[in-house]
Amino acid sequence: MPSTVTRRDFVKSAGALASAVTFGAGAVELLQACGNQPAPAASGTLTGNLEIFSWWTGAGEKDGLAMLYKRYSDQYPQVKIVNAAVAGGAGSQAKAVLTTRMQANQPPDSFQVHAGQELIATWVKAGKMEPITSTWNELGLDKSIPKDLKDIVSSGGDVWSIPVNVHRGNALWFNLHTLGNASPPTTFDELTSSLNSFKAKGIQHPLALGSQGNWQIAMLLENGVLANGGPDYYNKLFKGQGSFTDSKVKDTLTQMATLLGYVNPDHTTLDWDAAAGLVAKGQAVYTIMGDWAKGYFTNLTPAMAPNQDFGVVAHPGTKGNYVTVVDTFGLPKNAPHRANAVAWLKVVASERGQEDFNPKKGSIPARTDVPASVFDPIAQSYMREFKTNRLVPSSAHGSATPPNFASAVNDIMGQFAQSKDVSGTAQALQQKAQQFLTS
Amino acid sequence: MALAQTEEILRERPRKGRSRVVFSLDRLTPFLMIAPSVVLVAVFVYGFIGYSGFSSLTRWNSVVTDYTFVGLKQYRLLFQDVRFQADVRNTVVFTISFLLLCVLLGFGAALLVDQKLPGSRLFQNVYLFPLALSFVVTGVVWRWLWNPTFGIDALLRALHVDPARAGLGVITDTRTALFAVVIAATWQMSGFCMAMFLAGLRGIPEELREAARVDGAGAVQAFRYVILPQLNPVVLAAIIILGHISLKIFDLVYVMTFGGPGHATDMPGLYMFIAIFQQNLYAYGAAIATMLLLLVAVLVVPYLIWNLREEAER
Repeated sequence: MPSTVTRRDFVKSAGALASAVTFGAGAVELLQACGNQPAPAASGTLTGNLEIFSWWTGAGEKDGLAMLYKRYSDQYPQVKIVNAAVAGGAGSQAKAVLTTRMQANQPPDSFQVHAGQELIATWVKAGKMEPITSTWNELGLDKSIPKDLKDIVSSGGDVWSIPVNVHRGNALWFNLHTLGNASPPTTFDELTSSLNSFKAKGIQHPLALGSQGNWQIAMLLENGVLANGGPDYYNKLFKGQGSFTDSKVKDTLTQMATLLGYVNPDHTTLDWDAAAGLVAKGQAVYTIMGDWAKGYFTNLTPAMAPNQDFGVVAHPGTKGNYVTVVDTFGLPKNAPHRANAVAWLKVVASERGQEDFNPKKGSIPARTDVPASVFDPIAQSYMREFKTNRLVPSSAHGSATPPNFASAVNDIMGQFAQSKDVSGTAQALQQKAQQFLTS
Repeated sequence: MALAQTEEILRERPRKGRSRVVFSLDRLTPFLMIAPSVVLVAVFVYGFIGYSGFSSLTRWNSVVTDYTFVGLKQYRLLFQDVRFQADVRNTVVFTISFLLLCVLLGFGAALLVDQKLPGSRLFQNVYLFPLALSFVVTGVVWRWLWNPTFGIDALLRALHVDPARAGLGVITDTRTALFAVVIAATWQMSGFCMAMFLAGLRGIPEELREAARVDGAGAVQAFRYVILPQLNPVVLAAIIILGHISLKIFDLVYVMTFGGPGHATDMPGLYMFIAIFQQNLYAYGAAIATMLLLLVAVLVVPYLIWNLREEAER
């Protein structure tokens, strides 16, 4: 790509010229920067703006993002960071805004995007992204980021975005006080017998579900497919190489129909946090949700303590697998401040950056070499499992499959929760797979 | 008038003024005055309607623009789509019940207020208040009111009115959810209907009522043959205004139910938004938009024709 090289050179020389004009002030700071810390040699020369686009506006995530900004500003004090976060709809508003900007060729300098197909099937395919393979190699990220995860953010031999955090999708949460002496279930049969026993004890709807938006049911589907088919089957299926009318998918749907018999009947009006609330209040025993549920429990008043008041196991049947929901940052072509954006990616990829960000966000670092001491006990055990487990991308959160497929699955799952029609749903899923996964 | 006079004066002038007549400032002024809005409307309304219609005939179903012409393929897919079928059903049911409720309630309230009973002034204002809210606010409020755990259902349970329906809400049942939305929309818009009917009632000259009384018409007869016919234009206006709001409804369902449970409250406007902004199906979304336009046209075009005819008769 000769044009980008010239552009980069242009930016560099423009920066040098700017420092020369300002009475060599830039050079002075460059020397200071070199003397103070082992920062990249060019750090002090970066000027102008850095516009970062995300949907991190909620408590915790907003604070994590601020920590990353602070770390960036410490290294590049002359760069003004423009926080272009768009609130609403778990990122759906932000994605709509981003689409408009990308199509108008006015990209931000870098934007938050879920690892994998959410980026690759849209903006990479549209030729609007710049590969960041050289930055990846320069930072030696092969050593600190698992290969499974690198594969998820790669396509056509290039890496397209830098993972900053990892959430886990296949988790079963429970209130330890309600669970009492019972041991948490590890298989589907154990789960149903446990649900039955709690029902007999008078907890009418022992499995809490909040399905507003339907993606929570799509998570039940992908966790179930993983449990019944294993990671290789899962990967093939969501790449469009398997069939959703296969018996393992139908078994999963049948199991889901069974589980839906134990959930609160008002689930369509609740979101996941209200479902976690039912568990916290002891009105339900279990809820199946990503590990952002942990943040809900620990932020309650009075707070619930991990492994004392609430606990978590892998979604029954998926132990040894880690369904990853990963936030990453990429580099759009024609980023207005490209050099600043590359520096941002380096901060995002850094050990310190991820150590700052993840405890606030409630996720674990994408790097495996971040010290575990600052994390809570659940995150610590997740960090251990992340190193050894098979990592599979989540479809419900756009990593395994393009956004249009994920959105269509949400819709079908919303229907399924009402009809519980196994074979009709399997056919509908297969039809969408043929429409969206094969191209 | 002034224009005609000027023209006359100009015409009486010697011949060389002929070209001046055509380009005279007086003749051009009206055109210049409306030109900006004509241009803006032409580009931003009709231009974009045309662009949507054109997009719906292409296969532009990803973030990369693709204007390959595929004819009516998107429409064929659309009519086979169970979700769109549900949308059309929902729109028709929603629009009819919403219009009926609004017109009947609004008319009833207007009749009551028109009696100038004590407190009617207060009622009139309170009843009109929800109109000042946006559908988003209404949606959030009614979502919680219908919530089985916190809302009306919980209240009924607490009062032991209907304990058999414990935990089962109007808004969670696919058969009744649409009516939960209808009631919320009616709550907001029936006050508007009342205001329109009230204006209509107050606009009927007292002489007409008096004449009816003199001719020996009873209250019912006077109402049926004198008052009601006078209100016809009001009913029509209310149906047109509320009808196009209800056909295009988006914000209320977006915040209240997001189309759920299942497709029970899904609407074409919502589906169009999801198709375009979540699934990046631009051509498909444009096809939904075009169908929506046709749906509104079915309602509005007869009104426009009727209106033009009335004007011509006058």
